[in-house]
Amino acid sequence: MITIQGKGVSTGVAEGPLYFYKRAETTLRRYTVEDTESEWNRFKEAQQKCIDQLGELAEKAREEAGDEAAELFETHQMMAEDLDYEEAIQALILEEANNAEAAVTDTAEQFAEMFASMDDSYMQARAADVRDVSGRLLNILFGVVQGGIDSDVPVILAADDLAPSETIQLDKKKILAFVTEGGSGSSHTAILARTLGIPAIVGLGDQIKPEYEGRSAMVDGSTGQVYIDPDDATVDYLRDKRKQQLEYKQMLEELKGKENVTLDGQHIRVFCNIGSPEDVQAVLLNDADGVGLFRSEFLYLNCDDYPTEDYQFEAYKKALSDMEGREVIIRTLDIGADKQIGYFDMPEEENPALGNRALRICLNRPEIFRTQLRALYRASAYGRLGIMFPMVTSVWEVREAKKMCEQVKAELREEGIPYDENVQVGIMIETPAAAVISDRLAKEVDFFSCGTNDLTQYTLACDRQNNDLGRFFNPHHPAVLRLLKTVTDNAHKNGVWVGICGELGADLDLTETFLSIGIDELSVSPGSVLPLRKKIRETDVSKVRDELMDDLMGDGSIF
Amino acid sequence: MKEFEYVITDPVGIHARPAGNLVKEIKNYADSKISITKGEKTVDGLRLMAVMGLGAKQGDTVKFTVEGGDEDAVVEALSAWLKENL
Repeated sequence: MITIQGKGVSTGVAEGPLYFYKRAETTLRRYTVEDTESEWNRFKEAQQKCIDQLGELAEKAREEAGDEAAELFETHQMMAEDLDYEEAIQALILEEANNAEAAVTDTAEQFAEMFASMDDSYMQARAADVRDVSGRLLNILFGVVQGGIDSDVPVILAADDLAPSETIQLDKKKILAFVTEGGSGSSHTAILARTLGIPAIVGLGDQIKPEYEGRSAMVDGSTGQVYIDPDDATVDYLRDKRKQQLEYKQMLEELKGKENVTLDGQHIRVFCNIGSPEDVQAVLLNDADGVGLFRSEFLYLNCDDYPTEDYQFEAYKKALSDMEGREVIIRTLDIGADKQIGYFDMPEEENPALGNRALRICLNRPEIFRTQLRALYRASAYGRLGIMFPMVTSVWEVREAKKMCEQVKAELREEGIPYDENVQVGIMIETPAAAVISDRLAKEVDFFSCGTNDLTQYTLACDRQNNDLGRFFNPHHPAVLRLLKTVTDNAHKNGVWVGICGELGADLDLTETFLSIGIDELSVSPGSVLPLRKKIRETDVSKVRDELMDDLMGDGSIF
Repeated sequence: MKEFEYVITDPVGIHARPAGNLVKEIKNYADSKISITKGEKTVDGLRLMAVMGLGAKQGDTVKFTVEGGDEDAVVEALSAWLKENL
């Protein structure tokens, strides 16, 4: 048995023969053609075949991944028949008597270079599209059969890495797992594997050797291990693991559509934390009740300059309409501390975590805040929006922020732009100050959302990015949990609901504590929704509440 | 000959997919010759790579020139399409 270690980017266990992806062997030959007319016809035939293939791929992509994926191939189709591209090839064949392969190769390079030299990173990346289309044309000219899997039985597919056009035309039914030399967690192969729900291991480098072709193998996506000719013990162990994983997955599947309710009838909402509008698909797929934390930083991080109101509006609108009427709570700009953006031009600070960050920047630079608030309120007409301010310490900050909301609403009314009058406004509770005066803050807002990562860091005076402080950074610390209880009690006295949007929300060891405290909502990553639902449905709060609360509020004999 | 200007509002500008859609739209007006100008550069609206090569981004102004056919109708239809899609 040979064991090799890579990086697991999609979990699961698979067993089958290892098979290498067969890529076309294409060595370019250059020669002068005598009959240029028939060489030109040979190109035109290949071009037509290429366009047909791309058309089929577009249809396939439409079925598997929707219109947007299909449009990419349609654009490739148009590139293949683009007049500039075709005329450049024509000139090389008819006037220079180049062979078609050489003409396509040179023209592709010329166009790819044009894109690569543009000053826009998106356009630079289009060089890859030109090369992809030209590669397809060349394969046809070379007479290569489009890459597929020759095997009759499903295989563990090995490759250096796969291009998007290669992954889409794979016969998915024949793939048990991917193992690749290169690639990363965000490569096309990894994304495809996660979509298909099959294991993938990347970054194996030269450990994956051609002589393994056809040999029996097993892969474990959760550990990143690949076994060639696995021994009996490994086979038994991994088969058992696969069985357990399948059972667990099936059990979670069955939880979809069920309520987040405890055995004794206490309801709690389970929402998701997301970082871009694309993540909404994962939220819906995992059957969450809403989005409890939509980090708006991606808009600022993806731009070279302050994102415009329209740009932000479109992104918020997309998330809201895609969520189909479920609540979406968007957190206003939260940069500073560990998240810095060049064009904000912030002076360096001694203590960034205690410095100019989040709401403080927004209140100090109202023009940035106003743009975001306008975009948010405009988007509120397209779904159920909640707005949340991060890093609050005082009542006046909340009042000032709310005043700006009122100004923005007045502007929109005057301009006749629709917005939702019922947008909920809330704050993050992530500083001890906010927790201690939560009785007063509760009179200002509709909801609280506890950011437990920062709340722990500030309460314990413990830098969460300093690995040496591991055992001092304890989010289960009674000081943190008591603050959560104080916040919840104060909120409920004032008719305000409370959520947790830090990583602690998904900590199943604390679910019973949160339910006992009376937290109304837990916002977690999409993958944690169903495991959390399972835990909630197995809990009987009436049986554990008294003991847990005595432990938390008592004299400490148990801590 | 008729001309009109349009400011790109699509956040990613005229990159591959939107450019493909634009060229597809322009193909519908076979009786007119439509060219697109950005800054000093003018390209044939039917040539995808050239249109992409303009590198028009959000906020950029591009000029459309329509020659031949029912120019008024083309200008009207094309501007409406642009407002909807770019």
